[in-house]
Amino acid sequence: MACIEAHGLRKAFGPKIALDGINLRVEEGRILGIIGPNGAGKTTALNAILGLAPYQGQLKVLGRDPWTQRDQLMCDVSFIADVAVLPRWMKVSQALDYVAGVHPRFDRAKAESFLARTTISHTSKVRELSKGMVAQLHLALVMAIDAKLLVLDEPTLGLDILYRKQFYDSLLNDYFDRSRTIILTTHQVEEIEHVLTDVMFIHRGQIVFNSSIEELESRYLEVTVRPDQIAAARALKPMYEREVLGRSILMFDHVDRQQLAALGEVRTAGIADLFVAVIGNQAGQKQGGAR
Amino acid sequence: MNTQSDAIRESPLESPAIAVISPSRRMYWSVRRELWENRSLYIAPIAVAALFIVGYLISTIRLVSKIHAGLALNPLQQQEALERPYNFAAVFIMGTTFIVAVFYCLDALHGERRDRSILFWKSLPVSDLTTVLSKATIPLVVLPLLTFAITVVTQWIMLLLSSVILLASGLSVATLWIHLPLFQMSVMLLYHLLAFHSLWFAPLFGWLLLVSAWARRVPFLWAVLPPIAIAVVEKIAFNTSHFASMLARRFSGGGQSAGFTPGEMSMVPLTQLGLGKFLVSPGLWAGLLVAAAFLAAAAQLRRSREPI
Repeated sequence: MACIEAHGLRKAFGPKIALDGINLRVEEGRILGIIGPNGAGKTTALNAILGLAPYQGQLKVLGRDPWTQRDQLMCDVSFIADVAVLPRWMKVSQALDYVAGVHPRFDRAKAESFLARTTISHTSKVRELSKGMVAQLHLALVMAIDAKLLVLDEPTLGLDILYRKQFYDSLLNDYFDRSRTIILTTHQVEEIEHVLTDVMFIHRGQIVFNSSIEELESRYLEVTVRPDQIAAARALKPMYEREVLGRSILMFDHVDRQQLAALGEVRTAGIADLFVAVIGNQAGQKQGGAR
Repeated sequence: MNTQSDAIRESPLESPAIAVISPSRRMYWSVRRELWENRSLYIAPIAVAALFIVGYLISTIRLVSKIHAGLALNPLQQQEALERPYNFAAVFIMGTTFIVAVFYCLDALHGERRDRSILFWKSLPVSDLTTVLSKATIPLVVLPLLTFAITVVTQWIMLLLSSVILLASGLSVATLWIHLPLFQMSVMLLYHLLAFHSLWFAPLFGWLLLVSAWARRVPFLWAVLPPIAIAVVEKIAFNTSHFASMLARRFSGGGQSAGFTPGEMSMVPLTQLGLGKFLVSPGLWAGLLVAAAFLAAAAQLRRSREPI
């Protein structure tokens, strides 16, 4: 069964179209990264999936309609909307008590063991904790929930690099087990690159790119072209070209690796560079079309 | 086809080994959560009660001379003089919890959006209706009972204090204990709190919760200005004041419907409370219907409201 299935998902705020009829299918056991510029519709899409906002079109999450069945859905779905949402007045022990009180799939012992690895004390209030500790606490709560789908919207916003790395490490090592599905968005694309199994780019309310990481790695190659080979390289129709320190780097889609090796140094395209290439081309086309 | 096979595969996965959490347990934890967050709900009335006891203790310096003066009064006046401080205590504590209840309601569904914690609450399997009802439980059930408990304890402390002082002065406590109908007063108080503060004021608290769920800023003004605006528009347009007098009846007339006003509560014998009359009064049921509509609307609003 698909974890998420959407057809013609649409959402407009007045005249502004936030989601322009997207179709989406996320299978179980994937770690999907949704990447897009600010205001591209990432959070709108996640809000629809989590039942936080109404939408037009068809959407099923774990077979349920999130807008009308949010409370039941939340038995199987966890999310961290952003690190600052834990209520500041709450004590750590109260957070554990409350979640244990209302959530059927919360394993308190597991949460306690995650917390034991941190310096967070049970008697502290959330307002007394540092930003990084709040993130650790939230993650401990969420990881102790045996959910089928975990959604993380900018979970590491405002955290320093040490915490960000820890965050993704514990997510992979202690939580992900191939039967769960994780969806995450972030601006720090490089940090989640090694975590993902799938990646999706959203731009202006539309999905402009959607691929598994294996496919991406075999399809998109970047070549640092030697100056004398530049004409030959351009003849192979690169999808994007940029210059770094006076050297041309060209990105190719579906071009044989051997063939490219003759032109210069070949490597797999990074998600960030691919994102710039795809969105850059989109923006170019849009502008061209407008003229 | 597809959906059918999905349903078959899904069903055995759904049930086993998952602890079922009953709605009442979710409600219980939601109400507890409110008490954790809003400690002023019980701190404020307890502080007022403590202050009142301190004030009473100071006033007992004159207690002995008052008792002597009181002997000259007729029995009815005597009883009234005896009861007065106890009724004062009740009125003070009730007034405090009422103000606390109003501000609690205005913040209940606004504060969680302002500090974005609504995103955390919504990540848990608790429905919006459960949340709104748990918040409505505070002014409708928790605070009246809390007020009752605090008031009764305060009144007993006052009685014991004055007894000790009378005994220390070598006077008899018999008059005090015989003429002060403390038990009867407590029953009256409980009836007054449940009938008036809870049931009769339910639409008020419902309205405040609705405004709290709706307003982006300054919920207090949004709660107060629209009713005033309606009354003013009605006055100007039709030169009538039905709306204003309806509100006035709600605030003051409840006393008549419930059988008494706080100051004279001990004067009414239990049999004349008018409980039956109160329970069949259309004003009560209309108010409860309005309150239910406000709460349902608040739950709907909370579903779609985003953090501010």
